[in-house]
Amino acid sequence: MDLTIFLLALFDGISYAALVFIVALGLTLIFGVMRILNVAHGSLYAIGAYATVSLTGFVLSLGLAPVLSFPLMLISAVLVGVLLGGPIEWLLLRRIYDKPEVLQLLVTFAVFMILEDVQRLVWGTQPYFQASALQALGNVTLFGVTYTVYQLILLSVVAMGLLFGLRFFLRHTVIGKLILATTEDREAAQSIGIDADRVFLFTFIVGAVLAGLGGALASPTTSILPGMGADMIVLSFAVVATAGLGQIEGAAVAALLIGLGRSFAIYVWPEVAVLVPYLIMVLVLLVRPQGLFGTSVARKI
Amino acid sequence: MKKLLLTTAICVAMPLAAMAADKPEALKIGMTTFLTGPASVFGVPARDAMDIFVKNLNAEGGINGVPVEVTYIDEGAGAEALTSEYRRVAETEGAEVMLASISSGNCQTLAPLAEDLKVPNLMWDCGTQRIFEEGSYDYVFRPQGNATSEMLAAVAYLLKTHPDFKTIAVVNQDYAWGRDSWDIFRTALEVMKPDVKVVGEFFPKFGAPDFSTEISRLQALRPDVVLSTSWGGDLDTFVQQAFQRGLMNNSTFVLPLAESSLERLGSSLPAGHVVGARGDHYFLHPERRDDADFQSFMKQYKEATGDIPVYSVFHASQAFAALKTAYEKAIADNGVDWPDEDQLLAALKGLEFQGLGRSLHMREDNQGVESQLMGTSAQAGEYPFATLENIMIFDGEGLLPPVGETSIDWIKGLDASFVDGLTVKTYEN
Amino acid sequence: MSDISQHSPSRGLVKSGSLPSMRALLTLLAVLLLAAVPFIAPSMQLLINLALAKGLAVLGVTILLRAGQVSFGHALFFGISAYAGAFLTASLPGADIVLVLIAGVLGAALSGLLVGLFVVRYRGIFFGMLNLAFSMIFWSILEKFYHITGGADGIRLTRPSVLGMALERDSFEAVIFYLSVVLMVGLGWFTLRWFASPVGQIFQTIKTNETRLEYLGLSPKRALLSGYLLSAMLCGVGGSLMAMTQGVVTPEYVWWVRSAEMVFIAVLGGAGSVRGAFIGALIYEIVRVYASAFAGDIWQMLLGGFLLVIILFAPGGIMGIADSLIGKGGKSRPTTTKEDAQ
Repeated sequence: MDLTIFLLALFDGISYAALVFIVALGLTLIFGVMRILNVAHGSLYAIGAYATVSLTGFVLSLGLAPVLSFPLMLISAVLVGVLLGGPIEWLLLRRIYDKPEVLQLLVTFAVFMILEDVQRLVWGTQPYFQASALQALGNVTLFGVTYTVYQLILLSVVAMGLLFGLRFFLRHTVIGKLILATTEDREAAQSIGIDADRVFLFTFIVGAVLAGLGGALASPTTSILPGMGADMIVLSFAVVATAGLGQIEGAAVAALLIGLGRSFAIYVWPEVAVLVPYLIMVLVLLVRPQGLFGTSVARKI
Repeated sequence: MKKLLLTTAICVAMPLAAMAADKPEALKIGMTTFLTGPASVFGVPARDAMDIFVKNLNAEGGINGVPVEVTYIDEGAGAEALTSEYRRVAETEGAEVMLASISSGNCQTLAPLAEDLKVPNLMWDCGTQRIFEEGSYDYVFRPQGNATSEMLAAVAYLLKTHPDFKTIAVVNQDYAWGRDSWDIFRTALEVMKPDVKVVGEFFPKFGAPDFSTEISRLQALRPDVVLSTSWGGDLDTFVQQAFQRGLMNNSTFVLPLAESSLERLGSSLPAGHVVGARGDHYFLHPERRDDADFQSFMKQYKEATGDIPVYSVFHASQAFAALKTAYEKAIADNGVDWPDEDQLLAALKGLEFQGLGRSLHMREDNQGVESQLMGTSAQAGEYPFATLENIMIFDGEGLLPPVGETSIDWIKGLDASFVDGLTVKTYEN
Repeated sequence: MSDISQHSPSRGLVKSGSLPSMRALLTLLAVLLLAAVPFIAPSMQLLINLALAKGLAVLGVTILLRAGQVSFGHALFFGISAYAGAFLTASLPGADIVLVLIAGVLGAALSGLLVGLFVVRYRGIFFGMLNLAFSMIFWSILEKFYHITGGADGIRLTRPSVLGMALERDSFEAVIFYLSVVLMVGLGWFTLRWFASPVGQIFQTIKTNETRLEYLGLSPKRALLSGYLLSAMLCGVGGSLMAMTQGVVTPEYVWWVRSAEMVFIAVLGGAGSVRGAFIGALIYEIVRVYASAFAGDIWQMLLGGFLLVIILFAPGGIMGIADSLIGKGGKSRPTTTKEDAQ
């Protein structure tokens, strides 16, 4: 493999990893704080994409500039987080924190099933495509291969921004510290006056916003259609488990591993590309059962 | 068991009664179609069209005074639900004819089931050529072409319009259709144009949301022709991403199912790429667009859905036409009010019928012979999406292997003269 | 890891008062009713047969729930067994039904042993995720090697012979229906016996107190492995029956949603309950078929809502409801639903 092909595979891998990371970030945040693996995350991702496409279509039909689709992505993501994420936590999850893990997981699975049908009822079954944001940024040519600025540069920048932004938020702001304290020991946090319920609600909304943002950012590059959430959720599970549950920096590394593994596979041996995420996950977990960056928890006696 | 008793009863009663069934209150039919899942891009338009066909027929008084009732079965609900539902509709609800299905996998499940249940089944949309090549059926008919005729038409059109290409790459969905269609296409190319080199074969997973890496590779490989038999969201995503990154300026795309994506792709499908339609299905069909029945349906469909019809609508029209024509023929041939099952099956054998495209007929192995329409995309400005120019309509007869031969073996015995031997009509647009 | 099984390990063993006999009587009645289905409701026969096949696989998942472990990849063994049967009938047309079943279960056992050796080191979410990963790898392989596996269209499993006789569909379906009923009773009973055996007891202690097992010098891994093997084989039996009933095997047999569905049914029936696995499967299948028939656009939503209601208002599942009903009629005893609050 010569250097050019190596670099091309690297670019493709990074831009793919960036998108996967953004989605996985919300999933791992929710798990890290609330210990809930949220299957409905995939639906929130899909609805974020659908909402962006609808809003953008509406704004463009008014004759406004395509650049407006960028703020609309953010608006869609926040709408998903507040209008869907909020009620899910408040009405459902709050009632089952003391229930066994598998019941919590099944509750989110049930929400996932319901939201799948909601998408179909609202947006129908025909695929949508809305690439004006992608087109607004134009292309860049490297080694004779044309890339879109959107995928190669913007997605990577947003992913880096979110990674460092979330780190800073958790470690250096008051709310962030409250979240960390609640994560560490919920009862102790409550005993010193932290309102754990509100912390959980806030965290879940932030996680849901991240899922919606992932969908919003993906929307200009891909067809929006029923079933897109189910595929994404399995992939982000693989990322999160490889990283170690609740590991934010780990998720970045795992997403890169999986993204690069996949793109190199397409250059070298395309037939195995689809296996790569799972192979990486199994190999990592065989060697490090807690994931790349996970810490082992003492089993209770 | 019940069926057995019933058959016995009929056998005993037979010498006494004339060979005719009582006219039912309604002709019940069952239709499997995707109402959920990615293939609902075909299933939902077909259901909408079916509703229109049934409404129109019943307004005219049905078949010999008998109105038609359709029960829809969702193929997207999973294999167990599909087979249970299929049996319930065929046995308990008493559907006289079943229309199944879109997915080739489901056709392979349901064809033997229909045979065992002894219910006439029209395979209205699935493409796999294997069904009649690997088994013979008395109750199963296909009122349309199959993967072999569809792919050979694409090869023939490509060789007629781009005789000089040297390299080809393929990006197909990773499932049976993607693999089978490439097998047929490649085998045909190998015998008809042996100097072509296959420079890349990609099978991204079904429903893949991103083809960026494949497109980067294709840009580095620079093939003359890029083939993709993908459909639905996968095809839309692939073409959009390829268009965005300029790949469509360097390579000619051959997209045998792109007719179903024209409207959604809008301006992202530039001029000069090969588009197919799994048969002679096109909302501006050059031989049919001036006909009154064609125009009035297009109008009704547009009013009902707001879209232009895609090929699955045409396939539904063919299945419905086959059903209606077969009943009418059986009634006329036997001079009865309503045909029994044997009379209906006899009428379906070798039946000639016409839906929204050219007229078709059934071969002796129950495979339909369907013309194939291919064209080149053009952004003519009349619609906000690409339409077709340089349209060729191939006769279906030459595109199918003789009865009893399997497609791949038959194609291996062909040569470069095949393309010139086909009957074809050309239209500017 | 908190437990999810509603039944304490010793529950099935302590027979006291009129309750067990009441249960036995009801079970007997239910089995007799099932056996009569081909005569009283022939249109339901296929549906119930598919539900029983699925119920056997759910029983496999239920076993692991007794040890507090949840697998999100047990469709793997379901699928491996089905494909083993399909390959057998492809290379040996007209193979006997027993042979197909044995080939399937052997395939499931072998793969269960291999996967089990790895996954018994893990607990909780990681146990579930690793199972998921293995099943997804197998799924990708089925899709990739389509020249052998038929890809997404799958391969046909031609109808096996029964004791050397080639049967028509009607008689074959009757055979496979009663075979399913017999296997349900036999394997259900065996599973209850296994729970009562020393290995089964150690196995169930993994849920409540694994560390104490280690202090006692017992190997929880070995017990978990034997339970895992049993659960894989049960899934194999279910997959084989399903494939023979359907006559076709597709990668959908292994898809993660099917694994999730098994866990769904196990919880619906009453997590950890042997009878619940079958009752849950029956109810699930009937709801699903009728929901998709009469509310084609929203069947997923209905199922999702159904699941939410069960979890929020009756976490003991259908067996939990049944128990409390019987409990009210007979002796009063604590309802099962309270026990899992730890």
